[in-house]
Amino acid sequence: MSADPRALRGSAAIVGVAESDRLGKLPNVSALQLHMEAAHNALADAGLRKSDVDAVFTSGRNMANDVPEYLGIRPRFVGGTQVGGCSFILHVEHAMAAIHAGLCEVALITHGESGASRIAMPAPRWGDDSTNVQFEQVWGTAGPPTGYGFLATRHMHQYGTTKEQMAEVAVATRKWAALNPKAFARDPLTIADVLGSRLISWPFNLLDCCLVTDAGGAAVVTSAERARDLPKRPVYVLGTGESVTHQMVSQMPNFDRWDAAEASGARAFAMAGVSRAAIDVAEFYDAFTITPILALEALGFCQRGEGGPFVSGQRTAPGGDFPMNTNGGGLSYTHTGMYGIFTIIEAVRQLRGECGERQVPGATTAICHGTGGVWSAAATMIVSTET
Amino acid sequence: MSTTYSGPIPKPTPETRPFWEAAKQRRLVIQACDDCGLRYFYPRPLCPGCLSRRVRWIDASGRAVLHTFVINHRPPRNYPLPAPIVIGMVQLEEGPRMISHIVGVAADPAALRCDMPLEVVFEDITDEITLPKFQPRASA
Repeated sequence: MSADPRALRGSAAIVGVAESDRLGKLPNVSALQLHMEAAHNALADAGLRKSDVDAVFTSGRNMANDVPEYLGIRPRFVGGTQVGGCSFILHVEHAMAAIHAGLCEVALITHGESGASRIAMPAPRWGDDSTNVQFEQVWGTAGPPTGYGFLATRHMHQYGTTKEQMAEVAVATRKWAALNPKAFARDPLTIADVLGSRLISWPFNLLDCCLVTDAGGAAVVTSAERARDLPKRPVYVLGTGESVTHQMVSQMPNFDRWDAAEASGARAFAMAGVSRAAIDVAEFYDAFTITPILALEALGFCQRGEGGPFVSGQRTAPGGDFPMNTNGGGLSYTHTGMYGIFTIIEAVRQLRGECGERQVPGATTAICHGTGGVWSAAATMIVSTET
Repeated sequence: MSTTYSGPIPKPTPETRPFWEAAKQRRLVIQACDDCGLRYFYPRPLCPGCLSRRVRWIDASGRAVLHTFVINHRPPRNYPLPAPIVIGMVQLEEGPRMISHIVGVAADPAALRCDMPLEVVFEDITDEITLPKFQPRASA
């Protein structure tokens, strides 16, 4: 077998995507139920039955055991990679590799998280003897809202990035959400609203931060060959890349750039063999307003330090020349805690032309990109209607 | 102070205990590799640069710069300090970075600057645990 990852290019396709029945605040729905609803809906979207599934990929503590049991599936291939919110983008790459190797044929990727209501969720606590408590939490760090800010502050110092530029991302993303009936927050938003919202962890105000919601999402991946026999137009996986650089943010190699994303993006573009100019739609994980700004730089859509000017003037909003986070993103549509699956769902829908009012006309190629942990992991995927 | 501290209290593990014991003596220590020369923090018994076991503890100078920072207005529940808290990513003169509080300065972005010089100070939070913190360097 070739070690050249280009052998995988276009070998698999995403053939079904869906969310759970409802998204938002769902105090009567457990996390595993959200997995199950999304799986049911994605298989229906794919025109496949549960008995067709022979591989399950999911993320979260014990989930690679829990999900097959809850869904009543006995996979012959299982993937439980858990590197945080971008895990599901990695799962597409791992599913494609397993399908290419003949280890499975139909892979179901599921996510479900009761992020707001915390129904049947594991306790998110580190032990006092963990390196996290000993060397970070003792100083009052509070997970992503503090961890992501370190890079934002350094970026502002080094490149002159402003809070107004960060707010542009929230405003543009909200405009997309206004066009998505499923989005949680759809009221108009101004830059002044973002800058005037209460401080969470400077440099982040409340409206620089993603939502906290309950939702599930799922995707079905199979071989390109089998995909051609299914009812909906296949969305081919042209390129993928993944990287992990650290767990604790204090171990991040650099604070003026996103090394993990530079690595994952370079690999995805090399495998796909497409140019940045060929990308019609970008679905970038927006844990905070700074996150897609750094993604734009790391993935080569602009130079390092130029992400702030890039998003200025509502360039990423509906009607702008760089449609980004067209579902309303984690900032306005939904963010359960691990948002990555929703980048995949939206990219596939855009390429199928299923997005109604928010449809990007003529979109044939999309990029999904996510983060996990505190800038810890990155995953990039380029998909297209053509191979 | 020793029994009423309500925040997370580090529980040293075998490889980290020398750091916490030194802090109690108001010394900031890091590790250095005799094979590749890397100086690193947090403590690990094998070098994260080259996996050599030939690592030793060295005293850090306590001089540092503020590489980057956040001002946390929403500290974890029961955290013993009032918000906002200035949390710095501190770059030690010896090279490694560590998280710590920045004290002796207003919790205001106008009062803080990336790369500003800092020096270590120590604060006991329990009878067992002393935290290194950093303040603007007096001689700077």
